[in-house]
Amino acid sequence: MNTKTEVLTDLDLSGIIQEARWRVIDTVASSKAGHIGGPLSAMDVLVSLYFKHLRIDPNSPQDPDRDRFILSKGHCAIGLYTVLALRGYFSVDELASFDHGDSRLQGHPDMLLTPGVDASTGSLGQGLSSGAGMALGAKKLGKDFHTWVMLGDGEIEEGMVWETVLSAPRFGLDNLTAIVDVNGLQQYGWPAGPGDRFDRSEPVGHVDLEAVFTGFGWNTISINGHDLKEISDALSFAQSFRGVSGKPTAIISNTTKGFGVSFTQGTYKWHNGIATEEQLRIAREELGQNMEAAK
Amino acid sequence: MSTKAQRQVWGETLSELSDLDERILILDGDLATSTRADILAESHPDRFIQVGIAEQNIVGMAFGLSTLGYRPWLSSFGVFFTHRALDQVRMLVSQTKAPVRIAAAYAGLLNGSSGKTHQDIEDFAIMRAMPNMTVIAPADAAEARAAIKWVAEYDGPVYIRFARDAVQAVFEDNYVFTPYKPVVLRDGSDLTVVSTGVQTSRVSQALDSLELEGIGAKHIHVPMLKPLDEHELLHELGGTQLIVTVEEHSVLGGLGGLVCELTAGSQEPARVTRIGLEDRWSESAPNDFLLDKYGLSPAKVAQQIKASLNTRK
Repeated sequence: MNTKTEVLTDLDLSGIIQEARWRVIDTVASSKAGHIGGPLSAMDVLVSLYFKHLRIDPNSPQDPDRDRFILSKGHCAIGLYTVLALRGYFSVDELASFDHGDSRLQGHPDMLLTPGVDASTGSLGQGLSSGAGMALGAKKLGKDFHTWVMLGDGEIEEGMVWETVLSAPRFGLDNLTAIVDVNGLQQYGWPAGPGDRFDRSEPVGHVDLEAVFTGFGWNTISINGHDLKEISDALSFAQSFRGVSGKPTAIISNTTKGFGVSFTQGTYKWHNGIATEEQLRIAREELGQNMEAAK
Repeated sequence: MSTKAQRQVWGETLSELSDLDERILILDGDLATSTRADILAESHPDRFIQVGIAEQNIVGMAFGLSTLGYRPWLSSFGVFFTHRALDQVRMLVSQTKAPVRIAAAYAGLLNGSSGKTHQDIEDFAIMRAMPNMTVIAPADAAEARAAIKWVAEYDGPVYIRFARDAVQAVFEDNYVFTPYKPVVLRDGSDLTVVSTGVQTSRVSQALDSLELEGIGAKHIHVPMLKPLDEHELLHELGGTQLIVTVEEHSVLGGLGGLVCELTAGSQEPARVTRIGLEDRWSESAPNDFLLDKYGLSPAKVAQQIKASLNTRK
């Protein structure tokens, strides 16, 4: 299996990330539906996974030995679709069908429709459990692949998440990694208080997530989820624990919702939203996607 | 003819099948000695996964395991899957067509005096409304065993009821399960009675007593509520003036609802009387008390059938 793309520099990755952020905003604007803030906060990690760390082959999306990735915060589907398209699972042109009738790119990821989607998600809080099942299955079958699950900091308000956080260490799932995208905001949430980073209260601002996961028996790493070196080191650490540590790994990825575009970042108001023509112009410029600037 | 409890049959049959079928797993919600998943846990420890008291996580992990080729069976009281973990069943099992088998232990009303929190009298209504779901309610030990063997080979989501306590046998031990088909258990011309699950056993006893009184009923057992050969059921119901449905379930949305949906569209609609829980919660009590109070004992079923016959015309 083609396990990784050719060695990409951080500069290469940055270019892909910028393009992906632009395509998210552009696609949501043209489809007139979809989420912005969550896909943008998670994009550095998503691109790092798909272009550097995941053992995958876009030409063989059902390979039984591939790494699995589950976007548990399924409402950020357009972020995943954009990365899958850029990685070659399907044409970038197909992104234009997002949320349209008869499309393979549904509002939430559908494993029966979209190449590269390993688990259906949408109703929040379920992906980590699905991933634990895959990781346990891999152990039972003696397969050496890694299962990655991305959750949101708002999503982990769901109780089911904690059923899996409690039980996964018991199964010794060192082939399972949870990445919590702590972008600091959710759809509406609570009024901001002292110490909050943004215009609403942080979903888990009052919680020491690292201590919580550690206390439940997980390896835990906290990173700046917009720093490519920190992301790469954390993903490599998690991979190196497989078959060794006997514990699942949690990566607390501290990010900013809507990151990368001045008017979307750090505000709950761009949890979802349709950019105006003027906003699209600004986003395109800020993301360095000016190749069609003459338009 | 076997009069084993269906839960015992489940544990034993899976244990047997596991010798040949490496895909079989049981994921337990810490109720193995009740559901009898402990039989497999003892015979095939590597096939038994204790997930703990976390039914949502059980469904999620079962889904994940199923994507690797496993065919997981879920072990807990059925009510916790059809209610507490319903969203997980909906998105991860039904919408993905995952071959996860929900073994609904302690199904229906008779659950060892646990009362309304644990009684599941809405499961048919909920599960048959769900696309892709197969819904099975075996009548007795022999049919439970035969149905489990069929399910083991079926590649899709299944919900199957298992009663806690043994019932009088309906089928011979060598009974072979025929999916989708209603099963005609006896003929009669005064009315047609349709039943499902272990209630079929009690209906058989009721009809025995009615025969002694000169009342001849046709009896149709529906072991698979979904998918169902509706054409055949309608054919078997043809020509009857009175249909009585009997189920250990609410009269809303279960077998009675199913029969009404079917017959409402037919050319000569028959009158339908639905026997079951009358849109109310039950209570904790011994089986005989519950069957009597809620109209499901053979005597009470016979009494209600006679009343329905008498109000005809």
